[in-house]
Amino acid sequence: MTTVDMRYTGSALDRVEGLEKVTGRARYAFENFPADLVYAVPVQAAIARGEIRAVDVDAVLEHPGVIAAIWYGNAPRLVPSDNADLAVFQSRRVAYRGQYIAVVVAETYEEAKEAARLLRVEYAAEDHDVRLRADHPNMYRPEKVNPNYPTDTEHGDPDTALTVAPVLVDATYSTPAEHNNPMEPHATVAEWDGDALTLYDSTQGASGVRDTVAPLFGVPPANVRVISPHVGGGFGSKGGPSPYVIIAALAARHVGRPVKLAVTRQQMFAVTGYRTPTIQRVRLGANADGRLTAIVHDAFEQSSTITEFAEQTTTPTRIMYAAPHRRTTHRLVRLDVPTPSWMRAPGECPGMFALESAMDELAIACQIDPVELRIRNEPDADPESGLPFSSRNLVACLREGARRFGWADRDPAPGVRRRDRLLIGTGVAASTYPVYRRPSQATAQAHRDGRFTVRIAAADIGTGARTVLTQIAADTLRTSPDQVLVEIGDSALPAASLAGGSMGTASWGTAVVRACEALVEGLDRRDGDLPAAGMESSADTTEEIGAQRRLSRHAFGAQFAEVGVDTDTGETRVLRLLGVFAAGRIINPKTARSQFIGGMTMGLSMALFEESIMDLEFGDYLNRDLAQYHVAACADVRDIEALWVEEDDPHLNPMGTKGIGEIGIVGTAAAVANAVHHATGVRIRDLPIRLDKLMR
Amino acid sequence: MRPFAYERATDVRSAVATLSERPDAVYLGGGTNLVDLMRLGVVSPEMLVDVTRVVDATIEESAGGGLLIGAGVRNGDLTADPLVRGRYPVLAQAVLSGASGQIRNMATVGGNLLQRTRCSYFQDTSKPCNKRRPGSGCPAREGDHRNLAILGHSSSCVATHPSDMAVALAALGAVVHVEGRHGPRTVPMPGLHRLPGDEPDRDTVLEPGDLITAVELPELPFATRSRYRKVRDRASFAFAVVSVAAALDVADGVVRDCRIALGGVAPVPWRAELAESALRGAAATAAEFGRAADIELAQARPLRDNGFKVPLARNVLVGVLTDLAEAR
Repeated sequence: MTTVDMRYTGSALDRVEGLEKVTGRARYAFENFPADLVYAVPVQAAIARGEIRAVDVDAVLEHPGVIAAIWYGNAPRLVPSDNADLAVFQSRRVAYRGQYIAVVVAETYEEAKEAARLLRVEYAAEDHDVRLRADHPNMYRPEKVNPNYPTDTEHGDPDTALTVAPVLVDATYSTPAEHNNPMEPHATVAEWDGDALTLYDSTQGASGVRDTVAPLFGVPPANVRVISPHVGGGFGSKGGPSPYVIIAALAARHVGRPVKLAVTRQQMFAVTGYRTPTIQRVRLGANADGRLTAIVHDAFEQSSTITEFAEQTTTPTRIMYAAPHRRTTHRLVRLDVPTPSWMRAPGECPGMFALESAMDELAIACQIDPVELRIRNEPDADPESGLPFSSRNLVACLREGARRFGWADRDPAPGVRRRDRLLIGTGVAASTYPVYRRPSQATAQAHRDGRFTVRIAAADIGTGARTVLTQIAADTLRTSPDQVLVEIGDSALPAASLAGGSMGTASWGTAVVRACEALVEGLDRRDGDLPAAGMESSADTTEEIGAQRRLSRHAFGAQFAEVGVDTDTGETRVLRLLGVFAAGRIINPKTARSQFIGGMTMGLSMALFEESIMDLEFGDYLNRDLAQYHVAACADVRDIEALWVEEDDPHLNPMGTKGIGEIGIVGTAAAVANAVHHATGVRIRDLPIRLDKLMR
Repeated sequence: MRPFAYERATDVRSAVATLSERPDAVYLGGGTNLVDLMRLGVVSPEMLVDVTRVVDATIEESAGGGLLIGAGVRNGDLTADPLVRGRYPVLAQAVLSGASGQIRNMATVGGNLLQRTRCSYFQDTSKPCNKRRPGSGCPAREGDHRNLAILGHSSSCVATHPSDMAVALAALGAVVHVEGRHGPRTVPMPGLHRLPGDEPDRDTVLEPGDLITAVELPELPFATRSRYRKVRDRASFAFAVVSVAAALDVADGVVRDCRIALGGVAPVPWRAELAESALRGAAATAAEFGRAADIELAQARPLRDNGFKVPLARNVLVGVLTDLAEAR
């Protein structure tokens, strides 16, 4: 099935829009200024649960520059949909603190901001419940987990197997709420022309935003155009339209002028999604030789009262290791909290922290090297579905990583290696991420001057997608990348799946290859004789992807960490981080390396720093700026390297690729936590690994 | 943001006169903290009086054998100054450990001393805070206070002072030069900052109109053996969880003199006077350092979630003093 020749695919092409970006010419959503533009500043709920009694609209209308103040009481009605978060200003109810409940529109940003500050809102507050606990009486079993996995699975008799297992690990892990913090905060500019809406938005999927927004305003999708050529990071938080997009469109329609709305960094901690906190119990039963007999992984998570987002925390456990008896479950509780959503590797990332920490605990219990333990439990086929793996090179990653990292002579004894004030330790963990592919459309056009234009509503959120698609198109068209212009980031282009689930290259690349192949065929038929207008071919991959053979498709990897823990202070610093991945063919080693080490850096950040602190009294996330919500600084990332093993998998797509956007964050936190244990003898089961947890 | 007036001061006296008359006006230095607070709505001055062109921005040797540091000296220049680095390494290290290169290049010495707490509740205008809105309450006492005070706090405020530089200055016994309504005067560190008591909105003893013009470091020869160690949640660009500034004078294994201050533990840069007295004349050993730390920290009143700061401060204090005692 891999059909693309490796000429430019596989080479380290510089980003095609690199010059535009570094010279500041690349235009982001906020940088659009249509004529007559006005500014919207939303108002956030100051209670966590209750009702809005009244909003004093008239008072702020007297302030200079103020054009409108909109809330439930005077908002236009939207067409009801199943997405309650997007039903902005359609109810008096407040579902969480920080929810957008009103918006002020003014001639300038400053005027809108000041009026929003002064807007008087009267509430009827009710008691709120914002604390996740595994024994919460309202825990329930959701119908499915994101995006469409079974909630629970069970094979064999795990309870009995655990009871009789010679070695048992039974541990509870927890991960905190974490917030995406892309460099570019969310922003949109909304402009109506009659019943046609243009949105300059920062999004991971222009087609998806169009299809979601249009019905809310009762217009056909063709009437909505979403323009998003450059996006400064998303990580999942720009995967679908958040409430701010609807507010901008609603406000623009209400005032009859284009409206700009920029979400502030502080607001992002309530209104653009986050990673649910998790509580996870992992039980591993094994023989004395480390061979697993039973794996049970139970996850407890939260969602808001208005939207069910059930994260797939235990799904990686379904495919990682062989064991005859196994069970995975998810339980959810609806609290008065903001709606969680996607954050880089939702599910796999927190889930693998728990599983891979437990595997380290099992290695210690069995006195087996943790690399060897994982190799010993390698399955022949997908352990739950029984399907063959399209390819699986976890063992190769573990072996290559161990060799590169210098793992061979590791003394397993914890707490014995000192370097000045530091205790030194090393840890390993496995990574995995599923291979998804979604239908997309693309066109390829040949021009008489020998150049080509390829069009697809893909999104480059900093990944290098535009560059990679250029390489794929060049090879398929048997030309060089400088002859190919790839147009993306606009819903007027052929519809495409979103930049999410690490499936961009696979999904869009397939459509681009098919469109280019059709064009080449047409050109060959005409012997290169082009009409004046050039020639265009198109492709839609719905059928091809629907007919795909059922196989278990996953990328794998191994992460190795070395840490130093200060014996005076408990400060943990990651001294070395190495990731080795098996993710099919790598189209561009330069952008791929950035994806891998970017994910690993975020994983390091998750291990040591990231934590959104829920304020129980007020019911909101408290530390909502980058001074208080810590992400890794440059000084925290000292020696980081990502490598990949050759993997030739014919069962994927014409390029032979697996996704690489998310796997880098999976397992990193466990590798660091395992290294901290090796350094200190202290097992940290609740992230992040803050110094007070290691203080003696 | 509310509209505000901006005025560039032409000389110190007229700046002081303007502020003395207008309680709604504030001085603007580098603006690295003030502008953030204005954006957040924590403060809303109606007038900013820019003093960066009128306060001195040089570092000179003082008549008393110390250094006179103009209040307009940028933090970045302070850390790079050879006299500061040579004679008072603790100060250079403290300033270098704070913020980022960009912020240090903007922030001034005077402004650094007057920066406000980074307590989450203080910075969130949707919540009560006695420091921001007197009498509204202190949610931090029962809420999130992991990184707040263990020393010197009151029932009305448990905030910490965020400055690293001020901790070093407190240890060194710096003297703050102030121009006020009634002319110039000096305020010795650490007396510039005040404990919250029942007036947590007042961070310092300064009166309306007071302008910090310089900071004077006393002659302190043994400060060449001084050090700042900062414990923080990430390797850079983070406020101290606990920090220690110390200078040590050791001869024949005995502590002749010392200066110690703690950061990240109190509403003020905390001069550890009890520890200092306990150490003068004592053997320069880890055991004695630990005893002195225990005497100082016996005053600590940790909150529900920040008790770890007591042993942490002890460890770091003993560690720094031990390093200094062993340094040659």
